[in-house]
Amino acid sequence: MNVDMFLFLTLAIVAVISAVSMIVSRNAIYSALFLVLNFITVAAIYLLLNAAFIAMVQITVYAGAIMVLFLFVIMLLGAEHVEDDPRLPWQKPVSLILGAIVLAEMAYILFFRAGQLLPVMQDVEAGFGSPRSIGLVLFDSYTLPFEITSILLLAAMVGSILLVRDDRKEEK
Amino acid sequence: MNIPMEAVLALSGVLFVLGVLGVLIRRNAIVVFMSIELMLNAANLVFISFARTITPAEIGLSGQVMVFFIIAVAAAEVAVGLALIVTIFKAKKSIDVDQIHSLHG
Repeated sequence: MNVDMFLFLTLAIVAVISAVSMIVSRNAIYSALFLVLNFITVAAIYLLLNAAFIAMVQITVYAGAIMVLFLFVIMLLGAEHVEDDPRLPWQKPVSLILGAIVLAEMAYILFFRAGQLLPVMQDVEAGFGSPRSIGLVLFDSYTLPFEITSILLLAAMVGSILLVRDDRKEEK
Repeated sequence: MNIPMEAVLALSGVLFVLGVLGVLIRRNAIVVFMSIELMLNAANLVFISFARTITPAEIGLSGQVMVFFIIAVAAAEVAVGLALIVTIFKAKKSIDVDQIHSLHG
C-alpha cells in the first residue's frame, strides 16, 4: 500500500464518519460544523487527485461562504433543535432499508460488473489542475457557460433579496 | 502511485447514500438542505476523479471546470434556498418539514 492510498483511506474514513455524525447530530449547529469538516476532507482528497485550484475553491466557497450562511441562518432562526415528533413513524426504518438497498446495488455494479470497464488514472504533468490550466480551459472552451453563470448568480441575488424583503412598508 | 478508481467511486457512493438518508430521515429543513449539499459534493468527487483518466490533459480538465460550475450553481442554490427557509419560518414559526403541509388537501 503506497502513501497516496494510505492518505486516501484515512481521509475517506474521516469523510464518512463526519457525514454520519452530521446526520445523527440532534443539534443543527453540530451538523453544520461536521459538514465543514467533511468539505475540508473532500478538499484534501481533491488535492490528492491533482485538483489544486478546485480544492481551494471548495474550501473558500463551500467550507467558508456557504457554511457561514448556513450557520448564520440557523442562529438567526434559533432552529438548533426541531421537535422530533414524526408524523410518519415508519419513515425512518423504511428509508434506512432503501438506503441500504441503493448502497448494495452500487457496490454490486462497481465491484462485480464495472471492474474491467473502469478507466485507470493517468500520470499527469505538474501543472495539471493549477489555476493557470483551469483558466485556459475555462475561458477558451467554456466562455459562454461562464457568462451564463454570472447571470445566474445575479438572478439568485435578486431572488433571495426579494424573498426575504420586509413588505410592511407597502401595507401603509 | 495512483489511487484506484473503484476506491474513489465507492467513497462517492457512500457519501451520496448518506446524503439521501439525511434528506429522508431528518425533519429539520436546514439539515435536509445540508444533506443535499453532501450529495452535490459526492457528485463533484466523481467529476474530479474521472478528470484524471482522460488522456489529453486539456480535455480531462473539462471535468474540473464542470466542478467549478457546480460549485457556483450550489452557491446560488444555497442563497435562494435559505431565503425560502427564512420566509417559511416567518410564516409558520417552524422549519420542521412535517409541519409544512399547507398545500395538503
